[in-house]
Amino acid sequence: MGDTKLDLLQGTLDLMVLQTLTAMGSLHGYGIARRIEQISGDEVLLNQGTIYASLVRLQHRGWIAAEWGVSDNNRKAKFYSITKSGRKQLAEDAAHWARLAGVMGRVLAMQNEGGDQ
Amino acid sequence: MMIASLQRALNRLRSFFRKKPLDHDLNEEMASHLDLAIEENLSSGMTPEAARRQAMVRFGGVQQAKEQHRESRGLPWMDVLGQDLRFTFRTLAKDRGFTMIAILILGLGIGANVAVFSVVNTILLRPLPFRDSQQLVWIAPPPQTCGLSCATYSADAYDEFKAQTKAYQDITGYFAFSSPDNYKLTGHGDPQPATGIEVMGNFFQVLGVEPEKGRLFTTAEAQKGAHPVALLAHAYWRRQFSGDPEIVGKEIDLNNTPTTVVGVLPESFDFGAVFSPGSKVDLIVPEILDNERSWGNIVTMIGRLKPGVTLGQAQAEANMVVPHLCWSEKQPQSCGDYASGKDGGMELRTLKDYVSGKLRRSLIVLWAAVGTILLIACVNLSNLLLARAAARHKEFAMRSVLGASRRRIVQQLLVESLVLSAGGAVLGLGIAFGVTSWLAHQGSLALPLLSTMHIDGAVMGWTVLIAVVAAFLFGLMPGLRMASGQLQEALKDSGTGTSAGRTHERVRAALVISEVALACMLLVGAGLLMRSFLKVLDIDLGFQPEHAASIKVQYDAPTDQAGGLKLGVTFRDIITRVSALPGVESAGFVDFLPLGRNRAWGTPTPKGKTFPEGALHGPLVYVVSPGYVQAMGMRLHGRDFSWEDGLKSQPVVMINASAARVYWPGEDAVGQILVANGGDSRVVGVVDDIHADNVEGDPGWQIYYPITQQSPADAQLVIRSKVPPESLAGSVLRALRELNPTQPAAEFRPIATVVERANSPRRFFVLLVSIFAGLGLFLASLGIYGVISYSVTRQTQEIGIRMALGATRSKVELGVIGRTLRLAAIGILVGGALSFVLAKGIASLLYGTEPTDPLTFAAMVVVLGAVALLAGYLPARRASRIDPMIALRTN
Repeated sequence: MGDTKLDLLQGTLDLMVLQTLTAMGSLHGYGIARRIEQISGDEVLLNQGTIYASLVRLQHRGWIAAEWGVSDNNRKAKFYSITKSGRKQLAEDAAHWARLAGVMGRVLAMQNEGGDQ
Repeated sequence: MMIASLQRALNRLRSFFRKKPLDHDLNEEMASHLDLAIEENLSSGMTPEAARRQAMVRFGGVQQAKEQHRESRGLPWMDVLGQDLRFTFRTLAKDRGFTMIAILILGLGIGANVAVFSVVNTILLRPLPFRDSQQLVWIAPPPQTCGLSCATYSADAYDEFKAQTKAYQDITGYFAFSSPDNYKLTGHGDPQPATGIEVMGNFFQVLGVEPEKGRLFTTAEAQKGAHPVALLAHAYWRRQFSGDPEIVGKEIDLNNTPTTVVGVLPESFDFGAVFSPGSKVDLIVPEILDNERSWGNIVTMIGRLKPGVTLGQAQAEANMVVPHLCWSEKQPQSCGDYASGKDGGMELRTLKDYVSGKLRRSLIVLWAAVGTILLIACVNLSNLLLARAAARHKEFAMRSVLGASRRRIVQQLLVESLVLSAGGAVLGLGIAFGVTSWLAHQGSLALPLLSTMHIDGAVMGWTVLIAVVAAFLFGLMPGLRMASGQLQEALKDSGTGTSAGRTHERVRAALVISEVALACMLLVGAGLLMRSFLKVLDIDLGFQPEHAASIKVQYDAPTDQAGGLKLGVTFRDIITRVSALPGVESAGFVDFLPLGRNRAWGTPTPKGKTFPEGALHGPLVYVVSPGYVQAMGMRLHGRDFSWEDGLKSQPVVMINASAARVYWPGEDAVGQILVANGGDSRVVGVVDDIHADNVEGDPGWQIYYPITQQSPADAQLVIRSKVPPESLAGSVLRALRELNPTQPAAEFRPIATVVERANSPRRFFVLLVSIFAGLGLFLASLGIYGVISYSVTRQTQEIGIRMALGATRSKVELGVIGRTLRLAAIGILVGGALSFVLAKGIASLLYGTEPTDPLTFAAMVVVLGAVALLAGYLPARRASRIDPMIALRTN
């Protein structure tokens, strides 16, 4: 991939946030952003600020809940956690992604099968 | 999924209204985010400065993140709308002159439309104010020439029809011959006149009207010998009895008979508004049919169809039943009368059609006229906005350069249009409210249902609709033009004389032409209707309404011959007494005034002659005293009745000229014998035809009986005077009171008001259409002025150069005026051609005027030409005063 980073597809950030919260439990915005960066191996082009638009979207849909709390190092921060309907949504979306990725993988792995026979 | 998106929408709405706390929350959250990031960077060994910078870089644009957050959170389009509105109010407030003119133009256009819609809605669109009013049917013979007597049924026919038909839930009716002020209320100071209508006992039950107080009539109360009862109209109860809450059960004295008030009718029920436009009805009493078996055709019929029965089915049934109806059960030869003759039969129409059907065409024309006004107003506004667009070109080009999308700019301009339109709608509603409440109180306007008019939900809805449509009509085009302007062109300093300016000019010229064409159609329509109205006013009515007035005289109906003789003496006394008053020229009695109620008594035939069946019909009957013909200003050939024509002498009659021509063609009718009303009568006089039933139609036939030989149904004293009749009211009433102390304070009515009332619908339409035409003309002239004036301003430099090169003032002036007249001429040509087509559409509303009336068209050309000339002259004069030196130096 070199120096260029991946642009995030529409809607993928929401899914990443949901998955991060499922894996990590309750987390603040910075934590989520950092986690996604780490997991992606810094391959994703993420302005950390954009995470907040995603968080409010998920919150409005009732998939995550938010609460002010105190971080490990004693700082005030807003903590997010996934809700029951959020888990359900994640399962659906993840399955959808897996299928799509599988199909894309197969299509892209297509060899020149007897085309010049 | 549904619930999730609904929840999301709700959350967005909630967030929209909690902007401040949410923004605060977000700020804090972002601050803590950065703090966390900096802390982590510091712990990995960065300098504080580097740590901070790194955190900021990773975060990205703080403002953008906030924007994104807000967009996902709230209702971004509402935020944009709010911005647009705020901006609009600011620009409109800055340009106060423009705003006021725009709102005034729109207010006039919308106001006129809303007012007319209220009238149309009240008369045409809204159902009648009765329960399931679509089931109600007006049952009457087809229209004939013998007045009300041929439009009604006898008591026996009524009962029989009711018994034999199956299509109706019930049938009801009312006595059709009540005259105004036919009751006298005593016991409250001076005797007061009141107008009462006798209705069948089930009248209100069939219509579905509930009393406001008390109860309706019972069946027993419509039987012979029942104690007299009455229902009061709401307005009468308020006026005469000061809204006495205890009125139900009280006795009032009506025509010297103690009558129990059983109830008060609701305010929404106005008998006059529905059944007798232009007259007021104070009280309703039950009709006792058994007393009226021998009176001939007296009642109207209204039926309520059973659910599911169509008008066609009911008509088919009526056609079967009518041949079996008898005028009187006691006279078998009268059976089948209702089905015979060339106009025989029965015609059913919905009650709604009976009440408002004949106004449909006029109202639609009115609606179209007022719609045209709105179009002209919109064209004018478009023009104004285009002129503004030219001035604001740079502003929008700048916004566009700064990143505003085309859509956003058009949206902004549409918001401006909508705000202007809303202002116009508010002003228009105010105007319409004033106009409608004024119209609703025009008691003498003979249009049905008008008194029930008010601004209701439908009217509000209509207002909103036309305001929005108007905003798009006048706002969209200038908006699109402005948003599509070439940027560089606009941003360059010199804005005048560019090609964009020239297309602007062309569009504006096209708008002016269409405006002139629309005004042209309005003027032609109004002109044709005006000419018709003048023709109607010119009709020779056969009597002279000027300088004559009438008053209803109270008398006790004689019960026997002696009483009849005494009554003759009383009438003679009154005439002698009133004639002696200073200023009075002549006086006489009649039982029904022309253009009011009327009746016919069978078909008189000239003695000894036979006519083919259907050649003769029943003339309208008037019972008059000696002197009446003179008091009305009618023209008489032969002699008037005299007080010597009594019960002992030969019966005499007068007939009108049309009847005389058919009875004795080529001969003098005076002196001939007519078999009329069951006996031989000598024709002593022939009077010229009078318009007894209507102003615009055929005068028909009339016959006059002397008051000394036939008993009158009523007594209207007609007085002709040299002085204005109103000035006699007091002395006439005093004279009447001296002879009869119980004479009520009846209204002294100029005969001219009777004619005015008959002409009032036409006058109403002419007045409105003329006002609209005037308004259209005014708006069109504003439009012409605006465009020419603007083009002169734009061409200041060019004109300056031309003058510097030797063009004279008059040449410049003529050039501008010529351009104006060219625009007007094209408009007049287009409009004239369209009017030519449209005039055919209103042909049926005209009287004695061809739709292609050359005078009207010529007048339209002259008026529009003159207005265009004036509108062009002012800017032309300004152009000719341009100082070349100044013009060339500026810019």
